[in-house]
Amino acid sequence: MSKKEKKIRVLIAKPGLDSHDRGAKIVARALRDAGMEVIYTGLRQTPEQIAETALQEDVDVIGLSILSGAHPTLFPRIMQLLKKKGMTDVMVFAGGIIPEEDIPALKKAGIKEVFGPGTPTSTLIEYVRNNVSK
Amino acid sequence: MQVFLTQVTDVQRLVQGVFHGEKRAIARTISMIENNEPEAQKIISLIYQKTGRSHIIGITGPPGAGKSTLVEKLAKELRNRKTTIGIIAVDPTSPFTGGAFLGDRVRMQDLSTDEGVYIRSMATRNNPGGLARATKDAAHVLDAAGKDVIIIETVGAGQSEVEVVKVAQTVVVVLAPGLGDDIQAIKAGQMEIGDIFVVNKGDRENADKAVTDIKAALELSTEERRWKPLVLKASALTGEGIGEFVESIEKHRAYLSKGALDLQRRANAETELIEALRQKITQTIIQDLRQKGAWVRATERISAREIDPYSAADNLLKQKAKPPKHEGVQA
Repeated sequence: MSKKEKKIRVLIAKPGLDSHDRGAKIVARALRDAGMEVIYTGLRQTPEQIAETALQEDVDVIGLSILSGAHPTLFPRIMQLLKKKGMTDVMVFAGGIIPEEDIPALKKAGIKEVFGPGTPTSTLIEYVRNNVSK
Repeated sequence: MQVFLTQVTDVQRLVQGVFHGEKRAIARTISMIENNEPEAQKIISLIYQKTGRSHIIGITGPPGAGKSTLVEKLAKELRNRKTTIGIIAVDPTSPFTGGAFLGDRVRMQDLSTDEGVYIRSMATRNNPGGLARATKDAAHVLDAAGKDVIIIETVGAGQSEVEVVKVAQTVVVVLAPGLGDDIQAIKAGQMEIGDIFVVNKGDRENADKAVTDIKAALELSTEERRWKPLVLKASALTGEGIGEFVESIEKHRAYLSKGALDLQRRANAETELIEALRQKITQTIIQDLRQKGAWVRATERISAREIDPYSAADNLLKQKAKPPKHEGVQA
């Protein structure tokens, strides 16, 4: 039928060098179970790989998971690259181990929200649904 | 290249972007097709004349055979030969939630920043047959964008997921050792669609036996085929056999160019036309009938077992003032 079949497309990416992706997989699975199409790219992604993947996959949302502490450098770099590619309408959120005091700078760089450990997946799903811009 | 199409809704500009190979335009266009947006048909009509140039390779086979890893190795080998590539990797949509976990890119990380490669993950959205409804049209988009080769990776396929033959010019069936004996190899479906059979994980024991079994099964075929399917062993892990794999694809392409491609094109054109017609006819007829009380009555009578669905359909069609020639719709 000719009805529109829009789905929310989400990229779950792990920038940096840490090799623990259980959290990222839990989030990916939860968003999948909420009816979204989740693209998972695996560990150790560079900012270039993440931005390029987001572009090719035409995602509405990017979720960044990081535990290594490299977020102050990697996240602004990802946001810059997205902007350069014209992806200004993508909603980006982050999760993992991110100290409270780092959050204002990340938000200033364009990260819409940061979720800490223990965030219920239902909170996340609701947040994504309410904040997706397309 | 640097034309940004951030909020482009203008179909013409999108199409021009596709023709110039702009990734943002390609990506948006494929989404519009996937989402069945009203502009999608217009886009197809504008790009269709520029399609038919790419060589479309379908990669299919059971889950876990190593399709994605093999696709990465194949793409790298093709890139060494300066070929530009589009990849469409299809994964299943959950029939329960409508969501999908698209993980084929995990095996293709090295390709993600290669300027000559465009990769798109695609959920089936419950389309049967191993591909998404939008796969064929997405391939048209990549074709119009000037990709030399388009690789379509199906979902992990069972014996009857054979839709890929209607889209690809060269069909590769990827198998792994130990998946079944020679009886499995005789079965219909997947074993009939391969132009090339690759026994992946060739570094494992029993790989040679799998190759022998497949060859033996193919020799039993009594069907007259001008192309004798090639069977080869490869290992996406070690890279063994990848060169030979690319050469067999080239062989098949050379075979196609000697007349077989025209026949295949005509058959595919007919399939495309039938599918387009079926969509339009059902759309028009059902939308029309749904607005009448007879639709609800028919549904109720079928569910109460007062009438069977075939007779009910006959009755509904008779009630339409000018019934369309529905006899020809059965493909």
